[in-house]
Amino acid sequence: MTVQTWTFIMVGLSFVLYIGVAIRSRATSTGEFYVAGGKVPPVINGMATAADWMSAASFISMAGMISFMGRDGSVYLMGWTGGYVLLALLLAPYLRKSGKYTVPDFIGDRYYSQTARFVAVLCAIFVSFTYIAGQMRGVGIVFSRFLDVSVNNGVLFGMGIVFFYAVLGGMKGITYTQVAQYCVLIFAYLVPAIFISLLLTDNVLPQLGFGSRLADGSGMYLLDRLDGLSEELGFAAYTAGQKQTLDVFFITLALMAGTAGLPHVIVRFYTVPKVAAARSSAGWALVFIALLYTTAPAVGAFARTNFITTISNAKYDEMPEWFHNWETTGLISYEDHNGDGRVQYTGPESSTTNEVIVDRDIMVLANPEIARLPAWVVGLVAAGGLAAALSTAAGLLLVISTSVAHDLFKKCLQPNITERRELIIARVAAGMAVGVAAYFGINPVGFVAQVVAFAFGLAAASFFPAILMGIFSKRMNKEGAIAGMVSGIVFTAAYITWFKLLHPELNSAENWLLGISPEGIGAVGMIINFAIALIVSRVTEEPPREVQALVEEIRVPRRRYEVRESSI
Amino acid sequence: MNDRKVEYWHRNLRYLGILLSVWFLVSYGFGILLVDMLDSVRLGGFKLGFWFAQQGSIYVFVILIFVYVRLMNRLDREFDVHEEESPGSDPAGPRP
Repeated sequence: MTVQTWTFIMVGLSFVLYIGVAIRSRATSTGEFYVAGGKVPPVINGMATAADWMSAASFISMAGMISFMGRDGSVYLMGWTGGYVLLALLLAPYLRKSGKYTVPDFIGDRYYSQTARFVAVLCAIFVSFTYIAGQMRGVGIVFSRFLDVSVNNGVLFGMGIVFFYAVLGGMKGITYTQVAQYCVLIFAYLVPAIFISLLLTDNVLPQLGFGSRLADGSGMYLLDRLDGLSEELGFAAYTAGQKQTLDVFFITLALMAGTAGLPHVIVRFYTVPKVAAARSSAGWALVFIALLYTTAPAVGAFARTNFITTISNAKYDEMPEWFHNWETTGLISYEDHNGDGRVQYTGPESSTTNEVIVDRDIMVLANPEIARLPAWVVGLVAAGGLAAALSTAAGLLLVISTSVAHDLFKKCLQPNITERRELIIARVAAGMAVGVAAYFGINPVGFVAQVVAFAFGLAAASFFPAILMGIFSKRMNKEGAIAGMVSGIVFTAAYITWFKLLHPELNSAENWLLGISPEGIGAVGMIINFAIALIVSRVTEEPPREVQALVEEIRVPRRRYEVRESSI
Repeated sequence: MNDRKVEYWHRNLRYLGILLSVWFLVSYGFGILLVDMLDSVRLGGFKLGFWFAQQGSIYVFVILIFVYVRLMNRLDREFDVHEEESPGSDPAGPRP
């Protein structure tokens, strides 16, 4: 059977599975729609969190980015996992104890302020839409490359599926489909990685394989070979860093704090039954995430090795089929500068001798074909990529619909709304969000990839400090929190907008503040937020007694005998 | 806050301080600031700094969370603030 047939089978089967799960877990109340009734067991929630978190960027792009960045790719590996330590230790248990539905809800109540709530709602919606746009690009790539479907139809079809289970099932439906999607995506990620690890190094575990000797009889370590190959062709050594240490430090910090502050991740910890479960659930989430994240650097190193050895100096006419397939999608381009009919791939990519330009996003998807794995593995990877993109998109849609229905309508505009009506608004909002997301998928705005830095930067500079201080500083008041959030957001947004949107030509190390790139500036925004908030809160009135009591209350797991209704 | 609760909170903060120091050391320390120094040591085919940056730090993160879970479960019981087992209801209280 051909790759395409296998892809249809794999993707088709996985979609049937998701729909089946969705029908079995419909939501009937707002509690079930927003937080799955707060009854999801910690291990299951950990798995759902992992699928929620690992997006098209993790599945499709990350290993590819690492394979081109070498050691500098560690910022993603550490940044996107280390944030879970912050979540488990500093945020998740206390937020669960607060017993709210959303992040803006917590911020609004803790800082006894509708302004704070409103700022948080806008931030949550902006961050989520930015993120969804990225998922849609992933869906588009998979469909257009493997299924011969136009990107437009692919996106519409994918969104149709998400619409079906997100609108119908709410958080309950999403949770259980995400569990199924995790299983599909991790299987799809590990199978080719294990195959390739065996082929290259005889080691069944990719995590050990990329630190092993090559199986070609040379007795060389894979990473040493890769360093050698890269330097021969004019690239930097794979295991050496290019970025400034300070920049790496700040990017990692921004990604960690951003991870811990992303609303669609935090909301998952509202779905577990207990505070203790919120702690262990974050641990399980990281176990499931680490399975992919410790494999990714191995995949990156394998892919780089295979890619270089396959194409370097090979005759263009004898190139394997995958090379031409990706050429037709425009994600690989070849130009024979010196007219010798061979492929010269040399670094840096912009140099005049280099004849191949490769999009980093294709490495994971092309990897099985580059390594000549069987067709069904290629189909499986396509299904895995879709699972990663759709599960994250669904989680984000839910945040948007909850923010609109609960935080905006129920808490700001129409406090007397009935639960039935709130549920209808939530579903309509989810539906409209699907529509907007599909629009971005079909008409990708040029700067989508650029603004992902925004999502993490803003989450790091706004939510993370505001929530952290709300729990750990009883003295933090609304004046401090709002001043901190606003200055953090304005600083970060201005810096990113300046370098990414207004003056991309200036976007290089010598123009950056202290050599910190726009990707890492969220960490500076976070520090500014902390500093401003602490100063302003010291010179203004301390928060009301009942708010201080609320802070004391969320610091201990057990609930007091009588629980007053929300203090505002 | 009464004294017991203050003490509970301070114990919690001490655990956090210790665990987050380890968190900082393996990622920002070994994986970023000291990476070139550690790279002179080899761990099989890996340079040690590179291994911490791409593998080791992640394993330590997982361990840290489960250590915290254990420590806190014990602390909750010691100070008698752990949650009751009451399946079915929402023990963290009603939602707004």
